[in-house]
Formats: sequence, structure tokens, C-alpha cells
Amino acid sequence: MRGPLRRPFPRDWFVRKAGYRRFMVRELTSVFVGGYIVFLLVWLHQLGQGPQQYYALVEAMRHPLAVMLHVLALLAALYHSITWFNLTPIVMPLRIGEDRLPNAVVAIAMGYLPWVAVSGAILWGVLR
Amino acid sequence: MDDLLRLRGNLDDTMAKRMITLEVFRYRPDGDDEATIQDYRVPYHEHWVVLDALNWIKDHADGTLSFRWSCRMGVCGSCGMMVNGEPKLTCAVFLKDYYPSPIRVEPLINFPVERDLVISMDDFLAKLQAVKPWLIRDEEEPPEGEYLQTPSQLAQYQQFSMCINCMLCYAACPEIEGIPDFLGPAAIALAHRYNLDSRDQGQSQRQEALGSEEALWGCTFVGECTAVCPKNVDPAGAIQQAKVASTKDWYRNVLLPWGKR
Repeated sequence: MRGPLRRPFPRDWFVRKAGYRRFMVRELTSVFVGGYIVFLLVWLHQLGQGPQQYYALVEAMRHPLAVMLHVLALLAALYHSITWFNLTPIVMPLRIGEDRLPNAVVAIAMGYLPWVAVSGAILWGVLR
Repeated sequence: MDDLLRLRGNLDDTMAKRMITLEVFRYRPDGDDEATIQDYRVPYHEHWVVLDALNWIKDHADGTLSFRWSCRMGVCGSCGMMVNGEPKLTCAVFLKDYYPSPIRVEPLINFPVERDLVISMDDFLAKLQAVKPWLIRDEEEPPEGEYLQTPSQLAQYQQFSMCINCMLCYAACPEIEGIPDFLGPAAIALAHRYNLDSRDQGQSQRQEALGSEEALWGCTFVGECTAVCPKNVDPAGAIQQAKVASTKDWYRNVLLPWGKR
């Protein structure tokens, strides 16, 4: 008499279902988000080293590869932010009495509106 | 008229001859070293669900096949199996959605297999019990017969109370196998359900089970538990909300230790 049979969860589970794949893409985009924060810290450090070092880095960033990486990081950050904003109503549902506010309303109120407001404020500060 | 009857007869014959193949996972702990897949040819009926086909096999083809079932109407939560790799209640998936392709029926993944399609749910039941999924009161006796609750207080937790313990969510979760201490979707959803209940006072008791690092935080919000739930419980949502509640609880204890009950 043998005991119960143990079966492993498929090693390639993350490619097996659309939902799993979307999850993996969302997780991987965070590498770009984190990576860009490191890049910004390096940038800030260069700024502290004086104008010469700073402009050398600006010059280096004009390289097509650097531009491509920036576009890639932007796309990844957008995907990451938008998917998270859309999940916000699930994590933090808002209720008025018996009724749950529609997901779209919560996502806009708690995600998109503050995002637009903060981005707008930064843009205004930079461009004015 | 005769022609019509003959046509009708022919039609019935062809209907009766339509067959579908079920590829069924077999494991007999008293003989087999490993699992095998056994094919069964089953009569095809448009109104049959996979569970009907399994019962036909049990009654007509092979009485040794073991599987759990009870209500046949998506209430008891016993007949969950992997159907073509997806966790499903077999009473709720129709043959017609697969016909004429064969259907692969396997026991729920992430559970040890006792025999054929029967899984061991000991681990799940232990986790369920650990979160104390019942009303906990400081005083034992209810004041005047029952606790009153407004419709909006009911709405707070009602969705999470629809769980039938079918364990499909555990079979959809890629974290269960690797993190033994993770309580899993249904158990956390039920813990959250009672924590949200205005009649309950047991949150601090449940926090003992939910408070360890991996019990709750083993979840990475893949979200497939919610996708496969036959009762729209949204366990993924419940877990994230429980994380928020647990985080608030932690900060309250650190910042206001004297406020702790």
C-alpha cells in the first residue's frame, strides 16, 4: 500500500494561461520601474559632481540605445501603473451604504486623477 | 408520416451513437507505482456535464473509478477536478463545450492524490480551521436571541460568505506548493469575511493565524483564484484587503501600543 501521490505544480505554469502570463508581464515591468529609479539616483549623483560630469551624462543619453531604453522603461512603467490602478478597486473597495462604488470610479478617484494631478504639477514646475 | 417517423428513428440512432472520449487520471495506491491515464468512450448527450459522464463510467464501464460528488448543482463543492488543465466543478462543465475533442479529467493540482480523482484535503482543512471561520464573541450568550445587522453591514462581507470550500482556488494558485505556510485563497477569504462581520469580535484571535509572514504575504496577487471561483467570491480581493487590514493593525500596534486590546 502506497501513500497519497504528490504531483508537482507545472514548472512552466507562468506560460500556461493568459492570466498567469499577464501576471508575469506585470511583475517583469517592475524591473524597469526599479531600474529607472537606480538610474535617477546615478543622475542625481552626477549632478552633485558638477556641471561637467552632468553634461557628459546628458550627452551620453543622446545615444540611440539610451533613447530606446528610455522608451522601453516608459512603456513598462505605463503598463505597470495602469494595471495597478485598475486593481486598486479590488484592493481598496469603497462603499456607500449597501452599494459598492463602480470599479472605474474608484480607479479614477484613487489612481488616475492623483496621477494626472501630480504629473501636471511636475510639468508645470519644469516648464514654467 | 412514415417517412417522418423513419427519419426521426434514424436521427435518434445517430444521436445515440455519438460518443466522446474521457481521458481519466487513474492512481490506485494499492497497486500502482505511478499515475496512468485511462481512456473511456462515453455516450455523448448535449445536456450532460462531465460529472454525468464520470457517473456513466462508474455505472457502466468501470466500477473501480473513484471520485467525489454530491449535489450536482454547484452547491456542495465536492466535485472539483482539473478539466483539460483548468480547475472546474465537474457538475458545471458541459460535454458540448468540448465535443468532439477528448476531455482530460485529473484530480485538483496542489493536493496529494488519495486515489484516482480523490484528493486529500487535510492540509486545507487545517488551514481553514486555523483562521477560526465562525463568529467569535467576547461573551458567549447572545443578548436577546440574535445579533441585529443592517443591510449595509451585511453587504460588507456577503460576497466572501458565498464560498463552498470547493478548493478550485487552491488548484489555480502557483504559490501554494512552494510556500507551505501560506493559508491560501479560501481560508483567508473566510477569515476576512468574519473580520468584516459586525457581529464578530475575533479579529485579534484570527490575527495569530494571519500574522505570520507567509500566511498572508505568500500571495503575490496572481489573481487566478478569483478567475476560477465558481461563486464569484473574489478571494484575490479578499487577500489584498486582508493585507491592508493587517498592515493597519501592525502600525496601530507599533504607534499606539497602549491602544491594543
